[in-house]
Amino acid sequence: MSFPLAKQSANAGDSIVVTIKTRVGQSKAVPENFAFTLDVDLQLPGQGITAIFGTSGSGKTTLLRCLAGLQAIDEGELIVNGEVWHGSSHSLPAYQRPIGYVFQEASLFEHLTAEGNLRYAAKRAAPGGMTFQTIVDLMGIQSLLEQYPSQLSGGERQRVAIARALLINPSLLLMDEPLAALDRQRRLEILPYLERLHREIQLPILYVTHSMEEVTRLADTLLILDQGKVAAQGELVDLLSRTDLPLEFGEEAGAVLEGQVLSRDERWHLATVAFPGGELLVRDSEGLGAIGAKVRLRILARDVSLSLDATSDSSILNRLPAQIVLIDDGADAGMSTVQLQVGESLLLARVSKRSVHEMELREGMQLYGQIKSVAILR
Amino acid sequence: MGFTEADLLAIGLTLRLATTTTAILLLLGTPLAWWLATTRSRWRGPIAAIVALPLVLPPTVLGFYLLISLSPSGPVGQLTTALGLGTLPFTFWGLVVASVFYSLPFVVQPLQSSFASLGARPLEMAATLRAGVWDTFISVVLPLSRNGFVTAAVLGFAHTVGEFGVVLMIGGNIPGETRVVSVQIYDYVEALNYQQAHWLAGSLLVFSFLVLLIVYGTQGNHGNTSFATEGQRP
Repeated sequence: MSFPLAKQSANAGDSIVVTIKTRVGQSKAVPENFAFTLDVDLQLPGQGITAIFGTSGSGKTTLLRCLAGLQAIDEGELIVNGEVWHGSSHSLPAYQRPIGYVFQEASLFEHLTAEGNLRYAAKRAAPGGMTFQTIVDLMGIQSLLEQYPSQLSGGERQRVAIARALLINPSLLLMDEPLAALDRQRRLEILPYLERLHREIQLPILYVTHSMEEVTRLADTLLILDQGKVAAQGELVDLLSRTDLPLEFGEEAGAVLEGQVLSRDERWHLATVAFPGGELLVRDSEGLGAIGAKVRLRILARDVSLSLDATSDSSILNRLPAQIVLIDDGADAGMSTVQLQVGESLLLARVSKRSVHEMELREGMQLYGQIKSVAILR
Repeated sequence: MGFTEADLLAIGLTLRLATTTTAILLLLGTPLAWWLATTRSRWRGPIAAIVALPLVLPPTVLGFYLLISLSPSGPVGQLTTALGLGTLPFTFWGLVVASVFYSLPFVVQPLQSSFASLGARPLEMAATLRAGVWDTFISVVLPLSRNGFVTAAVLGFAHTVGEFGVVLMIGGNIPGETRVVSVQIYDYVEALNYQQAHWLAGSLLVFSFLVLLIVYGTQGNHGNTSFATEGQRP
C-alpha cells in the first residue's frame, strides 16, 4: 500500500491533516435541502486543545465523526500524527482508531455501572497510559463507581464518560459539545475538570462547542466552521483579536490576553496583571492564582471605549495608551469594531459609527482605550 | 385420572419440537432481525412481509405448500433425497422445518423491534471504545436486548407448542414422531373422550397463560432496555 505522504510538511508527525469532502444527509428520508457538504482542508496542531466553533449545522460534529470513523468520508484523506487513518486506498474502521470520543449527551452503557463502563474501556485500551485510579481521581468519580448511569446526574455521567474516553489511552481525544446538554450550574462544575485535563495530560483534544465561554476558557487553538467550510483558523489569542470573524461573534467579540499576576492590593481587593504590552487592574477573586501565576483574561469589545486624552475623570480604572490598527465598519449599521495595538497585544473596541465620525478616528491614531471590565477566564 | 402414556409421549414430543424449533429460530432469527432493523435495502419491505406471512395465513395454506415442496417430487424434497436425508414430511424433522417457518415472526419481530430501539449510539460508543463487530454484539447488543431475546424465545416456544394445522398437514399423526399435544387433544375429542381432552387442554391453557404472564410481567416492570431513562434521575 502506498500512502500519499510525500507532500506533507516536516512537522506532519505531530499534526492532524484533514482534507475531506463528504456529503451528509443524502438519504431518501431527508429532504434534499437538508443535505450539506463538509469540505475542509486544514492542518490542526497535534497538541493542546483545539476548539471547533460554529453555529449548529456548520459541520462541527460531522468533522469530528469523520475523524472518529463514525461518518463515511466521500473523498479526501486523514493523517493523524503521521498515521494515515483515511486515504484513497484504505480507511481504518472506527474501532481501530486510537481515539477517545465523548458524545454530547453523556452516553454510557446503561447495562453497566459507572465502573463497568470504565472497565469496558480499560479492557480494550491500548497498552501504557494512565492507571485506572489516576483517571478516576482526575475526574473525581471515586464515589460514583457503583452507580448505574440512570442514577447519575448529567454532569456526573459526563465525567464518567470523559474518564472512560481517557481510559482507552487515546492518542487523540474528540469531544462533541460535552457540556451542551447540561445546565449552566453543571457546566461550571465540569469546566475545572476539563482545565485540569488540559494542564495535566499531554493529549491533543479536539473540542466541538458553540459556547464562546468554553472556547475562551479552554482552547489554545480555534477553528471556526461555517456551512461546512473553514471560516477561520489560528491561535486563539490571535484569532479573537481579529475584526473580521463571522457575524455570530457579534456581541461576544473580544480579545483574550495571557497574563501573569504581578501584585495584590488587599485594601481594594484588586490585583495587577501584567500582559504583553501593559498592566491591568482586575478584581481579585478566587480564580486568580498566587502572585506569579498565569492567568487568561478576556476583554469584550463592547466593554472597551475610546478616549482622546488620558486625564478625564471617570470610574474606569484601566486606561491604556493604544494605537488604532484598523477600523472595521462590519455589517452592523450603527457600530464599528476598532482594533487597537496596546504594546504587543491587540484589543478590540466596539464603538458607534457616530463616535468614529465625531472623534475623527483614523488608522494609526494614538489614543486611550478605557476598559470597563475584565473577565478572568482561568 | 391423569396423563396416559400416550399423553406423556405427546407432551415429550411437543417439548422437544418446541425446544429444537426455538433454538434454530434464535440462531436464524437474530441475524435476520438485525438485518431488518438496520438495513436500508429496498428488499427490506418484501422480506419483512414474507417473515410476517404466518401471522395472517391459515396454517393449512402454509402446511399445504410446505408439504408440496418437501414431498419427494417437490424441489426441497428432491434435494433432501439427493443428499441422502430422505423426505421430511411425516417425520419429526419435517415438523421442525414447518415450525421454523410457522413461528418465524414470533421470534423475528420482538428481536427486530428490540434491535431498532437500541439506536446507533451504543454501537458507536462501542466502536470508539475499540470493540470490533462481534465484541460489540456480545458485550453491548446482547445485554441491551435481553428483554427482546426473552420475549422472542418465549413466544417462539409457546407458539410452536400451540400449533396444530401445520402439524396435521405435514406431520400427520404418528405417535412419538409427529403426534404432538394439540393433535392428541383433537384425537380425544374425535373419540368423544372429553375427560382426557380436558387434562391436556387445561394444561396447555395454564401453560400459555403463565408464559404470557412472564412476558408481560417482566416487560411491564423494566420497559425496554434502551435510552428511555436518559437525562433523568430515577
